[in-house]
Amino acid sequence: MSNVPSDLKYTKSHEWLRTLPDGTLEVGITDHAQHALGDLVFVEVPEPGRKLSAGEAFAVVESVKAASDVYSPVAGEVTASNPALASEPEAINSDAYGKGWLMRLRPAAGAAPALLSAAEYEKLIAEEGG
Amino acid sequence: MAFIPHTREDVESMLETIGVGSTEQLFDEIPANLRLGTLAGVPEALSEMEVGRLMAERARLDGRPLCFIGAGAYEHHIPAAVWAIATRGEFYSAYTPYQAEASQGTLQLLYEYQTMMASLTGLEVSNASLYDGASAMGEACLMAVRANRRSRSQRILVPTTVNPLYRRAAAAVAGNQGLVFEEVPFCTEEGCIAPAALARYDGQDITALVIQQPNFFGRLEDVDALCDWARARNVLVIAVVNPTSLALLKPPGEWGSSGASKGADIAVGEGQPLGVPLSSGGPYFGFMTARMEHVRQMPGRIIGRTVDAAGRPGFTLTLQAREQHIRRAKATSNICTNQGLLVTAATVYLSLMGPAGLERVAAASHARTRELAGALTRVPGVRRLFSGPVFHEEVLALDRAVAPVLEKLAACGILGGLDLSEHYPELGHALLVCATETKTTADIERYAGALAECLREARAA
Repeated sequence: MSNVPSDLKYTKSHEWLRTLPDGTLEVGITDHAQHALGDLVFVEVPEPGRKLSAGEAFAVVESVKAASDVYSPVAGEVTASNPALASEPEAINSDAYGKGWLMRLRPAAGAAPALLSAAEYEKLIAEEGG
Repeated sequence: MAFIPHTREDVESMLETIGVGSTEQLFDEIPANLRLGTLAGVPEALSEMEVGRLMAERARLDGRPLCFIGAGAYEHHIPAAVWAIATRGEFYSAYTPYQAEASQGTLQLLYEYQTMMASLTGLEVSNASLYDGASAMGEACLMAVRANRRSRSQRILVPTTVNPLYRRAAAAVAGNQGLVFEEVPFCTEEGCIAPAALARYDGQDITALVIQQPNFFGRLEDVDALCDWARARNVLVIAVVNPTSLALLKPPGEWGSSGASKGADIAVGEGQPLGVPLSSGGPYFGFMTARMEHVRQMPGRIIGRTVDAAGRPGFTLTLQAREQHIRRAKATSNICTNQGLLVTAATVYLSLMGPAGLERVAAASHARTRELAGALTRVPGVRRLFSGPVFHEEVLALDRAVAPVLEKLAACGILGGLDLSEHYPELGHALLVCATETKTTADIERYAGALAECLREARAA
């Protein structure tokens, strides 16, 4: 059974979002997603300052069997990316919602993404057979 | 078993299943003006005996001319052992077998090839080869766009001293993917890029700079200054190099003067000089090496050394997660493959020559070209076009149009070089010539004598 913390928001493409005290958003991939990918061997994160539109691929997570894009849930500007993942991609496997964060971004004004609650996301992965 | 992929009954049954009237109809979506219709000179079907006779007759039409054309493909001596080994049954295959459990010999050979190319170019990682030098340059431009994450412009600076056919191929491979190729003009007195010509790009977002060494004119570029300019401005450096020349010249991995940021990011080139005979443009093979930091953006197959479940060493494909059989449309490349057989020949060639042998080939080619340029410039009406050092090619200026002179030389059994007027009309009557270790002093004298005669006749006429 996947771990789906109730204080986070989710997307249909298996990203999670956490709103930080300064109003920026922290984004990563869910425990369900890391489990489906398997052991991660490489993570490509965006350069700070990059402007993203909603749904744009901003990172690539590569496991021994596949390389997958990760999509930005909202439009905005990247304020930070997780430097530790370059040498420790497995942090996503072991701590998807903590040390495994991918980027932080400042959402564009008026960005109102359609996100899922923890309950809705749990329902989604249950339907997918997760 | 008959080597017939499908019988007429098979074809009819398949067409009926998908509801199409004829095989031709499957190609309807290709506009008629892009379709060839017929292949002139290619007969419908012949027996093996008839094919053998036809090809022998056609080969005779070529004769055995004395070749002084370089311009991207070079005639070198190929030791007899190279193709005797490359065509052994264990290696001789139309396709490269990749199953690790069945192909350890082939995989080890490719691994050795990668090691040799990395060593020759002074870079850390090599792929298992690409189609040819020209498409390798196109792939390198696409790779640079992926690898240079601090640049968003997709602008690639391509000096016009880069092989014009490579520039055309790169534009065909990458032009429709949003890349912008900007031509950097060369100094017409020197025949190479003036590093100051790059100053106009200072402060602009440039993704990569392509540097060909030796350049299309055979001239040596100031690679250190060019590389320093690029690396100081977050511009990736793509080196296009002749593998033979690397036995004498500084490898791309060491270009530049500043310590830590030294070297090109990607090196590509045409592998043909390494044991592959000239044959109407191919098949040849392209090589590509890079800094390890860019390995995940590198297109094509990469062979790695590993251990099996029992801890025994072995070879296998590695970093496949970005290839098209896994990542489909988002793969690093959907248009590349490797050239297994030609790479086999190149690996055997390099093994037989060794570093000292390759250096002798390079030094002899350089010496022969100096001798050739010396002999030809003693002919009245011929002079050197550019000043400065060359590797094994040189541009000469004639006192009249080059094409008719080359025609007369060809009638004497001499391929006198490449007429540059098509690609570089601004250079006037310019002729690119090349001599490798295969040319003797007698060959060179024969060419000089024939050229003198041709020019004398032309002047008299």
